[in-house]
Amino acid sequence: RHRSRREQAQIMEVGQLQRKFVDYTASLFCEGFLDAQFTQLQQLQDESNPDFVVEVVSLFFEDTEKLLNDLTRALDQQIVDFKKVDAHVHQLKGSSSSIGAQRVRNACIAFRNFCEEQNTDACSKCLQQVKQEYSLAKNKLDTLFRLEQQIAEAGGAVPM
Amino acid sequence: MDFGTGPSSTNTEAGSYKRIEGVGGNFSVLIVDDDPIIRRIHRVMLNKFGLVTHVVENGKEAVDLFRSDTCFDMVLMDMEMPIMDGPKATQELRAMGVNSMIVGVTSRGLESEKQSFMGAGLNRCHEKPLTTDIVTSLIQELIKHY
Repeated sequence: RHRSRREQAQIMEVGQLQRKFVDYTASLFCEGFLDAQFTQLQQLQDESNPDFVVEVVSLFFEDTEKLLNDLTRALDQQIVDFKKVDAHVHQLKGSSSSIGAQRVRNACIAFRNFCEEQNTDACSKCLQQVKQEYSLAKNKLDTLFRLEQQIAEAGGAVPM
Repeated sequence: MDFGTGPSSTNTEAGSYKRIEGVGGNFSVLIVDDDPIIRRIHRVMLNKFGLVTHVVENGKEAVDLFRSDTCFDMVLMDMEMPIMDGPKATQELRAMGVNSMIVGVTSRGLESEKQSFMGAGLNRCHEKPLTTDIVTSLIQELIKHY
């Protein structure tokens, strides 16, 4: 059947957004922000769990923000409890690993080595590094989710 | 890739989420983990395989469930948890005579820790998060032995 101009324009817009989404996702993997675990999450999303990825990633954001606060406080103490610091970093390593936030996870691995050495200065530097990687990851993922939303609003399907 | 304008298509790649005949609601799994992210991921993953899942947050809750005569075919046991950790909970369950398949899930890669967790009475031990391939092999083992 004959498509109206508006329908044609809409299909083009959806196509452009989908290409943008695919390219952006690919760049996140290329640049090491995301790894295969994120793909696993995407594969778990379906009609019965349509917002699965956003939900799990949101849990991760909440969890991390709390952990980063706890870590900042812990390293600020007169006498640093490295066991506690290590426990927090271990948790963050686990959750970042679960959602495929590779660079955050790698920053945690480095952090734990300095916890073992009980090196406060190095740990503080690591914390800054982790905060930075988290901030980057959060921005990237927020952008990705926004793109998904735009595709859905334009009436398209999100390519997985 | 499908660029259609319908709802997102389900992944039908060979090797993932093949519903294994006869599983359906027949196998039940208890997920024991203090991390809400892992609980969510594992729950959704196992549900996709057609397994019935229940979640608890630590080893003590798991032991209490079995004590109250609630049984599960398989237990996914996290290693590190508050109140009662994985190794302790596994020991208790085995001491109670629980024969379910208990699969340890750890976030550490240390071989020595895995070994000592296995020694508590696990059938298998894997690093988390579990992948679909691992879950497939766990289900195959369930079908074979239980």
